[in-house]
Amino acid sequence: MSFELFLFYVFAAITVFGAACVITVRNPVHAAMFLVLTFFSTACIWMLLEAEFLAITLVLVYVGAVMVLFLFVVMMLDVNVEPLREGFVKYLPWGAAVGLLMFIEMAFLITERYFRSENYPIPAASAADYSNTQELGRLLYDKFLFQFEVAAVILLVAIVAAIALTMRRRPETKYQKPHQQVDVKKSDRLRIVQMPTEKR
Amino acid sequence: MLDGLILLITTVLKIVAIILPLLISVAYLTLAERKVIGSMQVRIGPNRVGWKGLGQPFADLFKLLTKEVIVPTNASRFLFLTAPVLSLAPAFAAWAVIPFTGDLVLADVNAGLLYVLAMTSIGVYGVIIAGWASNSKYAFLGAMRSAAQIVSYEIAMSFALVGVLMVAGSLNLGDIVRAQEGGIFHWFLIPLFPLAIVYFISGVAETNRAPFDVAEGESEIVAGFHVDYSGMAFAVFFLAEYANMIMISVLAVVMFLGGWLSPVSFIPDGIHWFFIKTSLMLFFFLWFRATFPRYRYDQIMRLGWKVFIPITIVWIAVVGFAIYFDIGPWFDIRSGVTG
Repeated sequence: MSFELFLFYVFAAITVFGAACVITVRNPVHAAMFLVLTFFSTACIWMLLEAEFLAITLVLVYVGAVMVLFLFVVMMLDVNVEPLREGFVKYLPWGAAVGLLMFIEMAFLITERYFRSENYPIPAASAADYSNTQELGRLLYDKFLFQFEVAAVILLVAIVAAIALTMRRRPETKYQKPHQQVDVKKSDRLRIVQMPTEKR
Repeated sequence: MLDGLILLITTVLKIVAIILPLLISVAYLTLAERKVIGSMQVRIGPNRVGWKGLGQPFADLFKLLTKEVIVPTNASRFLFLTAPVLSLAPAFAAWAVIPFTGDLVLADVNAGLLYVLAMTSIGVYGVIIAGWASNSKYAFLGAMRSAAQIVSYEIAMSFALVGVLMVAGSLNLGDIVRAQEGGIFHWFLIPLFPLAIVYFISGVAETNRAPFDVAEGESEIVAGFHVDYSGMAFAVFFLAEYANMIMISVLAVVMFLGGWLSPVSFIPDGIHWFFIKTSLMLFFFLWFRATFPRYRYDQIMRLGWKVFIPITIVWIAVVGFAIYFDIGPWFDIRSGVTG
């Protein structure tokens, strides 16, 4: 067993362990932390595939940004887990049916034509000065520019929609108007009064 | 097998050679901070332990080492004790790709800049987890404030770095420095001046230093996310904060001030330039703390989202045009890289 293979098994085991813990631990914050662990070890596996740009981006985007917001929400909402656990037996057949269906679908794809290992020869290891990032950039901004732009527009629409859905202008909300604060003059706030001194 | 073992041992030795001086720098940075602020406020600062107070960091260290680590009754014990490690580990890990000189770098990776960004973005977990696991409202409020601040300023900071990698044409930190060769007028500070300013101020906000230290606003929430930590657990947070400060300074030096390159061409380059520039940037951190009053929370958010992000976006567009039309002496570096 080569060292890379050994590392792969270590990271894969951590990933599977983390993913299993996400759905079994009771505390939502602990579950979110296990999801972070899962993402991180997945990034390590990608690193073994010499996809260093994708691996680092996974850490940067999912671990560094998405999961932080996730943790925020989980901590703020104080999710009550008990009602979610009710009716486990009632929903079990439905869940099992959906799971089985997904398993069959995946089994069709993975075992047959597309994912057979002989269809995928091991790619030749690239030279040390090969820049993964440059290659990806060339593909994204050159060959697949149109698709890239479409994806960007879809994301933009999603952002606009999310903000439009959640933004409510309530008249009673108070907020700062910085330009007013900056433009304020002494005469607006301060009144100087002349008073005669008190006689003893 | 033997080769692997030798490689392992040399790598570990290299890591020690980076971490040990870093720890000593952190220790003396705390002393420098107290001395600098002391002299700015016309005080003497610590001068009792050792010659002129030079033993003070070690006195502080032994004090913290011998104190008890208290775990609050209803704290989530495991996460409470993991949080300091979660904030310290990324602060140290990011040092792996920093080029001290052209050859003196632990890992000369191609995506070095992204790696640094990824590592610094993990650091926020230490803060959030510490605030949550303490089971204290003050700590939680501090953690929320600081996490929101870190996440917001990270965007402006990453955008500022996009400008750098556009001009340098590389994500490798060593190549970024090499692209600035040829004296002080070739440093990226000049063509990317707005980005450099945005980067450094965002860096101050990222590390939760004054004037952006609402996370530990003493008058409102005692000490922020680490209010329940004591002894060595607190010291680890302290260490992480100062290591991050040094990291931000070092990155500013690598990205905008030409790393190990000398400012004039007839004086040879060398690692001493790297240290001089880093010390200068660190002095700015201390100077800020002694000078500026703390920002209000909404002012911090406004500065990050409504001022810095638009500035960086505009300047990235300017840099893009300048590269496309080959304007100025600084943007002709790209021509060899595009291919």
